[in-house]
Amino acid sequence: MTEESAFEPLIIAFCCNWCSYAGADLAGTARIQYPANVVIVRVMCSGMVHSNMIIEALTKGADGVLVAG
Amino acid sequence: MTNSSLLGVEGEPGRFKASVLLKPRYIDPAKCTGCGECAKHCPISMPDTYNEGLARRKAIYVQYAQAVPLVYRIDTEACIGCGLCERVCLAKAVTYADAPREISLDVGSVILAPGYEVFNPVELFDYSYGRHPNVVTSLQFERILSASGPYRGHLLRPSDRGHPKKIAFLQCVGSRDEREHAGYCSSVCCMYAIKEAMIAKEHSADPLDCAVFYMDIRAHGKDFDKYFLRAQEKAGVRFVRSKVFKVEPKNGTGELSVKYLDASGAPAGEDFDMVVLSHGFRASKQAVDLANRLRIPVNEYGFVQPGTLRPVDTARGGIFACGAFSGPKDIPESVTEASAAAADAARLLAPARGTMITKVEYPPERDVRAEALRIGVFVCHCGINIANTVDVTAVREYAKTLPGVAFTEQNLYTCSQDAQRHIKEMIIEHSLNRVIVASCSPRTHEPIFRETVRQAGLNPYLFEMANIRDQCSWVHQTQPKLATKKAKRLVRMAVAKASMLESLAGASVGVTASALVVGGGIAGMTAALNLVEQGFPVFLIEKEAELGGNARLLSRTHDGADVREFLVGLIDRVKNHPKITVITQATVVEVAGFRGNFKVGYMVVPRKDILRLECGAVVVASGASELKPAEYLYGQHPRVITQLDLEQRLPEPGGELPGAPLDVPALETMKSVVMIQCVGSRQQGRMYCSRVCCTQAIKNALRLKELNPAMDIYVLYRDIRTYGFAELLYRRARAQGITFLRYDETQKPVVEAVGDGLLVKTFDHVLGEPLHIKTDAVVLAAAIVAPEESNLDLSHALHVPLNEDHFFLEAHVKLRPVDAATDGVYICGMAHSPKTVDESIKQANAAASRAATLLSKTQIQLDPVISEVIDANCDGCAYCVDPCPYKAITLVEYMQAGSVKKTVEIDDSKCQGCGTCQATCPKKGVVVKHFKLDQLSAMVLAALAEE
Repeated sequence: MTEESAFEPLIIAFCCNWCSYAGADLAGTARIQYPANVVIVRVMCSGMVHSNMIIEALTKGADGVLVAG
Repeated sequence: MTNSSLLGVEGEPGRFKASVLLKPRYIDPAKCTGCGECAKHCPISMPDTYNEGLARRKAIYVQYAQAVPLVYRIDTEACIGCGLCERVCLAKAVTYADAPREISLDVGSVILAPGYEVFNPVELFDYSYGRHPNVVTSLQFERILSASGPYRGHLLRPSDRGHPKKIAFLQCVGSRDEREHAGYCSSVCCMYAIKEAMIAKEHSADPLDCAVFYMDIRAHGKDFDKYFLRAQEKAGVRFVRSKVFKVEPKNGTGELSVKYLDASGAPAGEDFDMVVLSHGFRASKQAVDLANRLRIPVNEYGFVQPGTLRPVDTARGGIFACGAFSGPKDIPESVTEASAAAADAARLLAPARGTMITKVEYPPERDVRAEALRIGVFVCHCGINIANTVDVTAVREYAKTLPGVAFTEQNLYTCSQDAQRHIKEMIIEHSLNRVIVASCSPRTHEPIFRETVRQAGLNPYLFEMANIRDQCSWVHQTQPKLATKKAKRLVRMAVAKASMLESLAGASVGVTASALVVGGGIAGMTAALNLVEQGFPVFLIEKEAELGGNARLLSRTHDGADVREFLVGLIDRVKNHPKITVITQATVVEVAGFRGNFKVGYMVVPRKDILRLECGAVVVASGASELKPAEYLYGQHPRVITQLDLEQRLPEPGGELPGAPLDVPALETMKSVVMIQCVGSRQQGRMYCSRVCCTQAIKNALRLKELNPAMDIYVLYRDIRTYGFAELLYRRARAQGITFLRYDETQKPVVEAVGDGLLVKTFDHVLGEPLHIKTDAVVLAAAIVAPEESNLDLSHALHVPLNEDHFFLEAHVKLRPVDAATDGVYICGMAHSPKTVDESIKQANAAASRAATLLSKTQIQLDPVISEVIDANCDGCAYCVDPCPYKAITLVEYMQAGSVKKTVEIDDSKCQGCGTCQATCPKKGVVVKHFKLDQLSAMVLAALAEE
């Protein structure tokens, strides 16, 4: 992906502190490169992510929502 | 004290002087941030030992990404002293002048856990290891499969980085092999080979064929046989019973030809793309040296071998051994043994408990509720880790523009000691009431910063982190503009959340400093004694009229220790201890409360009422028993008995028969005995190995041979599972002429009555023909079964699940092997799974050790990040009650303005803050503190906003 392409999606990822958030940290330690279009919201368990929160994110402009846990 | 070694221990138990050598690291661990800039510049490239030589590393290195502490070190044997690392290190952590230092420590006890080495198969010339790149060891293969390994988790063969289509796993490489001076079984290789084969098949894009060449599959651990079955039936891993004698490279192809003798002894061969050698355990040279320095004897193979009844003792009192230092073992066994060693040490140190604690003093906490927001944002460079990619100054400038931000700063290393001191000063000087650090991961650094803000008089929950390193600069290294933009976004999100943070404090509850032990067998009594000797009163509930359990039926352990004598002593100590209350003929019927404060109801025969007791912890040691077989004429023919029947009737050397007279001819006049293994184990409906039977049968067979050397003894088996040093017993049995005949599960032996004696019909796989054995007695290795009904009752009372075979399930099979999923409940002995006497003792002490960590606290501080009911919103629909995995929510009703109001209540001591309730609630009636819906929603909106 080039730095200045036209459409850039924004993805909100809800990541569980104990698994996927830790995995995202490990990707950093291993310097695995991925696009900057995703921002992570840390939760203590993916179980706490209310469906309304996903809908809210999508209706307020997120191009994608990832719940990982 | 990493990078250190124990030089010697002098003195006596409770009062040792230990001398420790602190080896130079040439890096100041207090300054090193683990950024890795030094390694980037180091000109030396050498084989990476962590990746088993399959990758390369620098002379300045950290062993692996998850190392604790994450601090670099210099390998002085490889370093050329060029000084580059010192010049590039912004933290000034490189200290070439470092020198070894010796220190002396006053300690009451010593626990030795120095580990083991693996066998280097280069010594086995016929397997081509070290001469052909596609022959690798299992540890190398493990690295190949790992995402952090040399091929980044892609399954490639080393010779050409091609995708292998066929992989052979060779078992017992350097184990069960006296020529390699390792007569013992390494215990863990069968399971890791099965695991590697399964993972390899999962990793491979193309169909992959995996074949395991083995002598016996030793899946003797809890639920291991189910995994073995899954490998065969679901994953299609092939298992070839064989003896491999050669691995031959096929010229130019990279392929290898595996030559072997099959189960019938006929020569055969097959070609593979890769060969993985399941190499066994060796005593480590360093561990043997350590043992020598401490004057602790080791066995002929270099392992410490404690007696079966004192399984973590060394020859020196107060010095205990655990892990693979005392023989090959797997992770759960090592973890259990470690807790057991801690239990023995704690018993010794009990009088001194709590005497060396220094209490941290904090300034009083500021009440910030009435204050206007004053957020401080500290943006970290992390040396160049963040600053090289992210424009830190721009992020800081941006932070200044965000609402509520009163102070910003950028630091070279925010986590350094001086930066922390500075943050404290800034909080006070600028009256900050929320603090954000934009740096690395809260998983590693949040506790440090929370401590910092607490020291400045702020509640620790008024702190928030923005992870702009691990999840930004490190993963967007080639996109500095986008990374800077994202860092700003992350800071914006943190500010949004920080604006809504509240001071939180967890409740604290007292602890009832006594324990309940359920079960009065060896495990239960051992746990009770350890706890009481650590200073905690114990209630011991036993369902039978007598203490002792299964051990009453055993004579000697396989190393000759006298179980009867041990048991008498144990019962005596338990019964006579003033702080152990023994309650026999009793059953637990209900348990209320939570860790630290259980209220237990129990019933005693013949009374009909429920009696009550209170305790802080519960140890489940309810045991298991030998199955009464329904096959092989058991119960129909007096000469068909079980191994336990036999064991009870075995006379002591030179002594009388202890049990009732045998219905079979006197042991010394018997001409032949047939033993049948796996009676009721490893079959449909009971798909597990009973673990103890192979060793028990061989032990009893040897004893019979001792009584009557002319006796013919046949052991009919499916796999002989004499793991660890028990393999030596198997070796001895074969040397003494005991005949081992394998049978298939699909072709079980048949036992028929013929006159007074018996006829056993089986199939000989070596001859390929049916075999009929006339015998005087048949001894069955009956399965060990859990008491289904009583375990189900106890399981319901304690909210602790059982596995499908009705044994109690641990919280984590590898890492928390004696903890139950319910806090404050611990599991040991055969309640957990079939095991030997020494394993039960170890697990019992481990359970006691874990229970003591809870009971030794006077107060339990509960985590404040738990659910909270917003009563005004809650209409008592109870949607959240069932989904709660911790059963922490109850529906309640109360009178409000003259009508019934329904609502839910959270049990703070049970809630783990997972928030399943928050996600289920349609009315925002229940939220997780610190992760409330509006706090998360504010973060999402901030993420979606633009600069």
